[in-house]
Amino acid sequence: MVDTKVDLCGITLDNPVIPASGTFGYGYEFAELYDINCLGTFSFKGTTRDPRFGNETPRIAECPSGMLNAVGLQNPGVDKVITEELPKLAEVFHKPVMANVSGFSVEDYVYTTELLAAQEQVGWLEINISCPNVHGGGMSFGTDPCMAADVVSAVRKTTDKPLIIKLSPNVTDIAGIARSCEAAGADGISLINTLMGMRISLSSRKPVLANTTGGYSGPAVFPVALRMVYQVSKAVSIPVVGMGGISSAEDVLEMMMAGAAAVEVGAANLTDPFASRDIVNDLPRVMEKYGISRLSDIIGASH
Amino acid sequence: MKQVVLKIQENKALTPTTYRMKLAGDTCAVSAPGQFINIRLDGFFLRRPISVNDVEYPSAEGCDDGVVTIIYKVLGHGTEEMTRYEPGRKLDVLTGLGNGYDLADAGKHPLLIGGGVGIPPLYLAARRLMENAECEDVSVILGFNSADEMYYVDEFGKLGCRVTVATADGSEGIKGFVTDAFRELVCECGSPCLAEAGREQESDSEFRRFTHFYTCGPEPMLKAVYAEVYKRAGISGQMSFEERMGCGFGACMGCSIRTAGGYKRICKDGPVLRTEEILW
Repeated sequence: MVDTKVDLCGITLDNPVIPASGTFGYGYEFAELYDINCLGTFSFKGTTRDPRFGNETPRIAECPSGMLNAVGLQNPGVDKVITEELPKLAEVFHKPVMANVSGFSVEDYVYTTELLAAQEQVGWLEINISCPNVHGGGMSFGTDPCMAADVVSAVRKTTDKPLIIKLSPNVTDIAGIARSCEAAGADGISLINTLMGMRISLSSRKPVLANTTGGYSGPAVFPVALRMVYQVSKAVSIPVVGMGGISSAEDVLEMMMAGAAAVEVGAANLTDPFASRDIVNDLPRVMEKYGISRLSDIIGASH
Repeated sequence: MKQVVLKIQENKALTPTTYRMKLAGDTCAVSAPGQFINIRLDGFFLRRPISVNDVEYPSAEGCDDGVVTIIYKVLGHGTEEMTRYEPGRKLDVLTGLGNGYDLADAGKHPLLIGGGVGIPPLYLAARRLMENAECEDVSVILGFNSADEMYYVDEFGKLGCRVTVATADGSEGIKGFVTDAFRELVCECGSPCLAEAGREQESDSEFRRFTHFYTCGPEPMLKAVYAEVYKRAGISGQMSFEERMGCGFGACMGCSIRTAGGYKRICKDGPVLRTEEILW
């Protein structure tokens, strides 16, 4: 028997597979399809202080081996997440969940993090300072080491629970930003958020997305994500959660060898609702194939 | 929702740009007309969501002899690729997606209004309404750009529906849009000033006052139908919407719209919405 358990900031995961925020809702759409307790955990839909409708549609555009999205953090706001979504989730998911937090100011991040961290179900807080689809916040915190550190040190004061900072790939020196987050008190780093891109309709001669630009995800971005996880995991001593185009158990192993302690699966959930479950189920077979008895042994094996 | 493998039984052109595909297999998850299926195509990342035109259920639970029919228009690379698929090919399909038409509200004289690529889901609605003893008649208005783009007019007739065709260029039926055809129909039934006459008035001619309507078509058509049939004539109905989708099952929030009842996902809370919910 192979051992798929990994440690993420002091909490043991049965396996390293974590559906990524924004691709798994608040879990229960998928719970209708399979028992989501087979997952390591999952990161729920990015939550903000106030309710948000998000961007106008079209919000989705197809690309080679991937997609663009410009949803723009649609969510019911932190109060409703706590009073409505989390109780529903508790009925179908019995492990600690990862709460994904977004904001438009340091105060926003502090407010939302404090409320979510107080929820017993929440095991980790994933602080998204990298959303490319909102203006006047989001990614702007994740593209500057000082602003990133300001958010991290402010939310650090609200909780002792693990803080994982989700970084944007749309920067020149991602390792520098990761180091700055670590120094400000982060317990982990997750990356990559989507790569900024766009498409233009040949017939209308206008951008396909109402937001003009969107975030590129899917298998196409896997090599970029892998490279950045490799660089960041070498630069910091806190755990790294790797994501970007993962769609198979083989991809999980490769991302872990690059330095990830756990992985998130994003776009794959949208084209195949069973993708995360299938990856979990396939992990033991692929581990045996490559002679891996304990998954945690391969973290950073390529360094 | 159910993930199934369906085998292509037929894939044939109805017009130069409109194809009908019959897919055999486990169709159990398809329930209401207006629902859609989401098909994975080799070489394309996102699935193609296409509305159900008709469904036959398997002979017994677990059997693979059901058939789901879709009608698709060639609009891009994905649908173009689909036209090349041969019978016998197997497709990975998510079935039974979305919230379809609720036929319980049809009343005695339902009206179906379809435009172009939006016509297919109304066929299953028409078939079920014709089987419904409460419905005394089912009227259908079908709109096309021109006669050479027409399809499925006879099929609705064969079900026993009263079919009226409108073409934008006047090459067949009433010249104009589906709303022009609607105005002619309500005049024919003896109440030309239907809106003014109010909801209670019944005409004694063969076209009774429509009790409810079901529609699907391009957004400009939906807006015109909303204004003419719902707002002006005062008939409530259900409208099927289209939007670019990521997942098709409610996870990604890629296809949200604002409604009177809050934010709704076209793929999961729709694609069918009630006129009362729509903010136009």
